[in-house]
Amino acid sequence: MDRPVSPSPTEAKPAGEIKLACRHVWKLFGPRAERFLRENPRPSAEELRAAGLIPAVVDADLEVRTGEIFIIMGLSGSGKSTLVRCLSRLIEPTAGQIFFEGRDLLRMREREMIEIRRHKMGMVFQHFALLPHLTVLGNVAFPLEVQGVDRATRERRAMEMIELVGLQGRENYFPRELSGGQQQRVGIARSLAVGPELWFLDEPFSALDPLIRREMQNEFLRLQGMLEKTIVFITHDFDEAVRLADRIAIMQDGRIVQIGTPEELILAPATPYVAEFTADAPRVKILTARAIMIPADGIGEFAGEVLPQARIAEIAPAVLADARPFAVVEGDRLLGAVDREAVLRVLVGGRRQ
Amino acid sequence: MNTAAPAVPTGLRLRAGLPFWLAAIGLSLFFALAPRGLVPRWALRLPRDLEIPLDRYLSQWMDWLVTRASFGPFTFKEVTRGFAWLMDWPLSLAKSLLVSGFVLGQGSAAEPLSAPVSWAAVILFAGLLAARLGGARLALLVVGCFAYLALFGQWSSAMVTLSSILIAVPFGVVGGLLLGIGGFRSPRFERLLIPILDVMQTVPVFAYLVPILFLFGFGPVAAMIATIIYAMPPMVRVTLLALRRVPAEIAEFGRMAGCTRRQLLWKVLVPASRPALMVGVNQVIMLSLNMVIIASMIGAGGLGYDVLASLRRLDIGEGLEAGVAITVLAIALDRLSQAAATRGERLRHDMGRGIVDRGRLLTGAGLLALASMAIGREIPALAAYPEAFEVSTAPYWAALVKWINVNFFDQLEAFKTFLVLNLLVPVKRFLLAQPWPWVVALLAALGLRLGGVRLALTVTGFAMFVVLTGFWTKAMITVYLCGLAVVIAALIGIPLGIACGLSERLWRFVQGVIDTLQTLPSFVYLIPVVMLFRVGDFAAMIAVVLYAVAPVIRYTAHGVRSIPPQLVEAGTTSGCTSRQLLFKVRLPLALPEILLGINQTIMLALSMLVITALVGTRDLGQEVYIALTKADVGQGLVAGLSVAAIAMIADRLIGAGTTHMKQRLGLAT
Repeated sequence: MDRPVSPSPTEAKPAGEIKLACRHVWKLFGPRAERFLRENPRPSAEELRAAGLIPAVVDADLEVRTGEIFIIMGLSGSGKSTLVRCLSRLIEPTAGQIFFEGRDLLRMREREMIEIRRHKMGMVFQHFALLPHLTVLGNVAFPLEVQGVDRATRERRAMEMIELVGLQGRENYFPRELSGGQQQRVGIARSLAVGPELWFLDEPFSALDPLIRREMQNEFLRLQGMLEKTIVFITHDFDEAVRLADRIAIMQDGRIVQIGTPEELILAPATPYVAEFTADAPRVKILTARAIMIPADGIGEFAGEVLPQARIAEIAPAVLADARPFAVVEGDRLLGAVDREAVLRVLVGGRRQ
Repeated sequence: MNTAAPAVPTGLRLRAGLPFWLAAIGLSLFFALAPRGLVPRWALRLPRDLEIPLDRYLSQWMDWLVTRASFGPFTFKEVTRGFAWLMDWPLSLAKSLLVSGFVLGQGSAAEPLSAPVSWAAVILFAGLLAARLGGARLALLVVGCFAYLALFGQWSSAMVTLSSILIAVPFGVVGGLLLGIGGFRSPRFERLLIPILDVMQTVPVFAYLVPILFLFGFGPVAAMIATIIYAMPPMVRVTLLALRRVPAEIAEFGRMAGCTRRQLLWKVLVPASRPALMVGVNQVIMLSLNMVIIASMIGAGGLGYDVLASLRRLDIGEGLEAGVAITVLAIALDRLSQAAATRGERLRHDMGRGIVDRGRLLTGAGLLALASMAIGREIPALAAYPEAFEVSTAPYWAALVKWINVNFFDQLEAFKTFLVLNLLVPVKRFLLAQPWPWVVALLAALGLRLGGVRLALTVTGFAMFVVLTGFWTKAMITVYLCGLAVVIAALIGIPLGIACGLSERLWRFVQGVIDTLQTLPSFVYLIPVVMLFRVGDFAAMIAVVLYAVAPVIRYTAHGVRSIPPQLVEAGTTSGCTSRQLLFKVRLPLALPEILLGINQTIMLALSMLVITALVGTRDLGQEVYIALTKADVGQGLVAGLSVAAIAMIADRLIGAGTTHMKQRLGLAT
């Protein structure tokens, strides 16, 4: 079998420039949080408790590159929703800096912030947040309406978006007449209407039932394939994160405990907490040939070649069918070999390679 | 969850409180039975020289305000009268349109320009509007209501009332909306607003009629201003609540879409809370109608005046017909506004534009109105409903009352006398024998038990206000009448509510009845009561019970119905008989809700009690009413505030008790 080359959707992209970054962002709830943080720049959990403050986001640092799907993952109460609201400045962080295209959002005036939200940001919400008094068309056109775009233009644009998410024919329905999946399609169309560069999705599929969720994830990947937005996506579902992410940040108790590709999280979990999360992940779909290969020295005969970034799930049928190992080849270089045993170990689900 | 668990702490707590209750009852009985002279006089009635003459200060201040206060070149009175003059414009316009027709010139030189909009056109318009908002059934009901007004000769009075409602409601709604928005945006403003609303909703209307009379004069405009003030507070509360209830995500979406603050409010928050806001609009309409009769005391005219006048003449038939006319108007407007509120919910994209297109409806109605005004001068039968076709049932009602009084006088009288002698008088004596320091101490102790030091201080403060301003004795009479009425209402309402909670069919029937009862203006309750029992405390008490019984039924039924079904199932599977299920599961869990219902009943009872002053009670309500006839601002306001104080003591104590209980049952939200 020759080179099973199928570039996976999450194939490493050329590292784009940094679109959104946050540095030492804190969000504490409670009285006089700001002063407390100025006086104790790095408080411990005990100090916070003693001051009567509840930490929602603790010293968050992250960078999102242009065109990347960056997923923030954590259980409920881990602070992921608060963090994304800090990034969009829906919530004012207690301390830190947030750079959008190199400019600190937290230093912007109300007016500038409104301009950025009107033209460069879009957001999809967990419970859809559709306006009950407007039709699908009215909802999708709403962000353009508040900008003062005239009716004909904004409705034309809104119709394009409605077609993009496959809801043509439903534009005069009210939100309550649509199913959950359809409502979220409206939410997605609406968030894309202004052609944002940065797209926030706050648990967009969590309120949907599993089958619809899967369908919507595919839809999301389809759209991203066409639109190439920079995406910050919140979820509590590791399977979803693995399916969609370029990189994942895992949060626990307000702290980002690890940032990495799905494979990195599985291969080198930074804490037992991360390991716990990744334990049940579909490893065959995440791990690549590079991760499980053995040294190729001394192997005489190869059954064929595979790319180092090929997923186990993709190469498994071929490798298992042949007694001889496969060569892992990048360009002209031989990196290593993958044999039956290595693939079987992943399939059977040994915890550590 | 263990179903038996909630019941246990309740029992424990009652037992722990037993010594407290025994002591309280014992001491009260002691004071009631103590020989005359044992309790010092000052403890029964505060000596005059210790009283704070707040009423006199208020009257003096009002006097100063009206005669001397000024803003720059204008006196305060000129400013208020100017305001009244402005408000008169829309009102006169509405009246010309619906009642008198337009005239050129003034006084005796006035020359009629046109007839008013014909009764036929008004009925047709109302019918079309109803058809559009709620379909054929609503149209039939509304046309029926308006036809009643014409048929029974109430048309012109009803149109006077309708025109002031039509002007007062928009002012009340917009004012309430704006105040509510202000409170929503600024927590500081809200902290200021809430206590004012509390007072506004508990002070009897009579109390502020006098200042309004001083500031705005006697007449329809002053009456309308009083109506607006009375009807606005619920709109403020509804607005605050509705805006708060908009899901956080929707507000966040608005901000992410780049809304300015103004856009966020008017394009996102207000429209998203429209169904809830419409409930407020409905409240404003109903309260405005409730004010109709009271407003006629300061010159509103219309149906209210008719009722008041016939009540004073004890002309039962006439009063009943005018009262029913108000009710009929209330029902029509209530159903119309409810239909408008739920229409948005029901409207589907494919239902099109309803039965009648809005644009066509409006132009059609406008043309019709104009035509009827022009033709009206030629055809009098169109301008005014011809008298020859009017009917009146007044003589029959009068005959019925006469018949009852001739044939059942002895029975009714015996019933009344029995209750007066064996219930009313003993309770009144018992309460009047309680020295105020003891009652205040008891209230404080209750506050301490239910809600802590803060509540105790609040309650003591309200009680001492009543003591110090010198209205203690009158207040105790109010407490006696109100208390008895509430106890009777609870004895009727709680069992009925429980029955309704258990039977869907009964509930649907009772719900229909109490919905209708609650649309009746409070005055209307006086009419049949006076017919049967003439005047006095007994008649007043019966009227109060009738007026105030609805909430306790409603809340009890709701409480019983909204118990989580799995708790009932748990009770059933652990082998409860249906009796045990009721007393050990349903009732303990419904108790907080029942208490809320009783609280509402107390509030309604107090507001009704003031109105029963017209049938000769001797309580705070009477003080307020006398103040109105004497135009004594201070007395009216202070007596009114004393009623409010009683209301707020009850409200705070019951509120604290309910919260306490809900927390213990794990029902707190």
